[in-house]
Amino acid sequence: MTANAVVQFLVFLVLLIGLALPLGAYMARVYNGEARMAQRLLSPIEHLFYRIACIRSDEEMPWTKYAANVVVFNVLGAFVVYLLQRTQAALPLNPAHLPNVPPEVSFNTAVSFATNTNWQTYSGETTMSYFTQMLGLGVQNFVSAATGMAVLIAFVRGLVRRRAESLGSFWVDLTRSTLYILLPLSFALAILLVSQGVVQTFSGSATAERLSPTMSNGHGVIEQVLALGPAASQIAIKQLGTNGGGFFNANSAHPFENPTPISNLLQLISILLIPTALCFTFGSMVRDRREGRAILSAMLVVFIPLLVATTVFEQRGNPILRGAGVDDVASAISSGGNMEGKEVRFGITSSALWAVATTAASNGSVNAMHDSFTPLGGLVPMWLIQLGEIIFGGVGSGLYGMLIYAIIAVFIAGLMVGRTPEYLGKKIEAYEIKMASLVILLPAAAVLIGTAVACLVPAGSAPIGNPGSHGFSEILYAFSSGANNNGSAFGGLTASGTFYATAIGLCMWIGRYWVIVPVLAIAGSLARKKVVPVGAGTFPTHTPLFVGLLVGTIALVGALTFIPALALGPIVEHLQLLAR
Amino acid sequence: MQFILSTLRPAASLLMLFTGLTGVVYPLAVTGVAQALFPAQANGSLIEKDGKVLGSRLIGQPFDDVRSFFGRPSATSPAPYNASASAGSNLGPTNPVLAAAVRERIAALRSVDPSEAAVPVPVDLVTASGSGLDPHISPAAALYQVHRVAKARDLAEEDVRALVLEHVEERALGLFGEPRVNVLLLNRALDEVARRSASE
Repeated sequence: MTANAVVQFLVFLVLLIGLALPLGAYMARVYNGEARMAQRLLSPIEHLFYRIACIRSDEEMPWTKYAANVVVFNVLGAFVVYLLQRTQAALPLNPAHLPNVPPEVSFNTAVSFATNTNWQTYSGETTMSYFTQMLGLGVQNFVSAATGMAVLIAFVRGLVRRRAESLGSFWVDLTRSTLYILLPLSFALAILLVSQGVVQTFSGSATAERLSPTMSNGHGVIEQVLALGPAASQIAIKQLGTNGGGFFNANSAHPFENPTPISNLLQLISILLIPTALCFTFGSMVRDRREGRAILSAMLVVFIPLLVATTVFEQRGNPILRGAGVDDVASAISSGGNMEGKEVRFGITSSALWAVATTAASNGSVNAMHDSFTPLGGLVPMWLIQLGEIIFGGVGSGLYGMLIYAIIAVFIAGLMVGRTPEYLGKKIEAYEIKMASLVILLPAAAVLIGTAVACLVPAGSAPIGNPGSHGFSEILYAFSSGANNNGSAFGGLTASGTFYATAIGLCMWIGRYWVIVPVLAIAGSLARKKVVPVGAGTFPTHTPLFVGLLVGTIALVGALTFIPALALGPIVEHLQLLAR
Repeated sequence: MQFILSTLRPAASLLMLFTGLTGVVYPLAVTGVAQALFPAQANGSLIEKDGKVLGSRLIGQPFDDVRSFFGRPSATSPAPYNASASAGSNLGPTNPVLAAAVRERIAALRSVDPSEAAVPVPVDLVTASGSGLDPHISPAAALYQVHRVAKARDLAEEDVRALVLEHVEERALGLFGEPRVNVLLLNRALDEVARRSASE
């Protein structure tokens, strides 16, 4: 790793935590209804929304109703996105005259954006009209992220409340997340991104007369058509909401989506900002900041070594190309390393940091093509996804996933000493552990079963883009990404066919709602319990010991579940590369 | 019926309201402010001359003339640097197609400048970018081409090298991103220099 990489990573982490601290405190005030300044400004809109929608702002919902509302709202959202795609040819704001999107791609995309996955089986600039991007995809970018945050807050209420039957109101949590947090942050970020060169216009494209004509298929090409569009507004929420769906096909590798190292830094911080800040929000809401810091520490303990690993392997480059006469040594005038699929302005360091951040969080946007990473450089992002998107994770969803692991960790600790485990004073009993097991097992099962089926049927193996073990990695990555709601891809796999559009669509659905419902069930059960007073036998959950236990639990579950599959893909490929 | 009223009504109304707010008002407001504050950037950072658009300073263009600096290989289809269909190659590291493509590119570079035959080629010059539209090459990749370009244009090598160094963009704040050279801007400047020295 270069010295520049070390300093760049440190500065990035300091900036991230420095910004997340105040945001975390602010979000705690928002959810407790104590953000006075912001409320003075925005509460007229908030209450207008409640009046129109017939919502009582003080309504309290039991977990069953909370969960039903989450599912109904999201199904409705997915349905609207589906309809918009199927009818976009007849709708306005379609300067490129794009046709209606085919049914299976529409289904996949609708589920993808409603579940905060943003897996893209389509190419942005040639498939979706501006109308679909704005009113369908753009809206889901906001409300799917807000859904994740709402579920997290309900879960935290379950931990905090005593002998309570309810978890708050989904409508209120959803509205506040969007109005007070996502919308203002996105607006500010969008303007900053435009200042760097991200496009934001409603004209379809610009046609340039090129400096030097080239020959293509026997014809001199002298023009370049530059696809434009209202990109900045969508990119801002794509990063802040851990969505990741790009405006253009190349996502944040496209110079109009991510033109400079500064725009890259802004987007990188945005990817992890809310998930980091929510750790502080959590500490503040449970009235013990040490608890939030312990969770964040566990995330960093996993994040930092994996970041170093990817950077080292990408910087080491590809021995096959070196043998062919390529100079891939880092110097003051070249980033060196494995540059296939990467942009010169980001080089190795900023691309590796992005790959690890975007897969630790369930963001899924890319500034370099993961399919072209070295075998082990690409293994890290894949494994981070498979851990269940809990190292930072999606906004809201990452932290509730992590808290489920905290419950499993105290359960294991309880087994070791023969005591009923407790987390934050709440007894963890058979019901909670059953539900927590579902949360961990269902997405993992979807990944492994999906991959196995795809390997067995021709429709699953035909669309592979690279031969050998790398082709298996493409399939494994696709199902990992779908079932854990990440959305990035080993893009060589052509996933727009009926098999993948349908299979990944189902995986995304399972990975989102079959997790949310048990999470809320645990919250409902915890809320009903009384708090056990802290005693000499209480296992504290804010100590380095607990952080170690939590990381150990995550690594153990992640390793046992996925290393056999990873051995067939990236690990074999790495050995093949070494054998040359 | 009770369930439908108490769940569907708020769900549908909130979805509609948020569609209006985040799907219409938000992008329009961003567009309005962006066009007012940063019109050049918001419209694609276009290079214009005499009312004609000559490209964008952010988007690369293909060059295959030995008298110009070459940019990075591009995997867009149907033609390289198609700015309406960005794409990377997505070739895996052990894919023989990748190795063959790189060998071919190296051979092509060496055939137009045999004097460089023994020198390893900077990696970014023979690998495709993620977007297929990368406007930059590394300073190393630009310096590698100085000899060829100077000879083809009948210019002094030092002058061309100086022009390259003039066009090197450093890391942001000395820390973020990588040093790089914008190929389109460099080739435009080169044309300018050649025109001037021809008229002298």
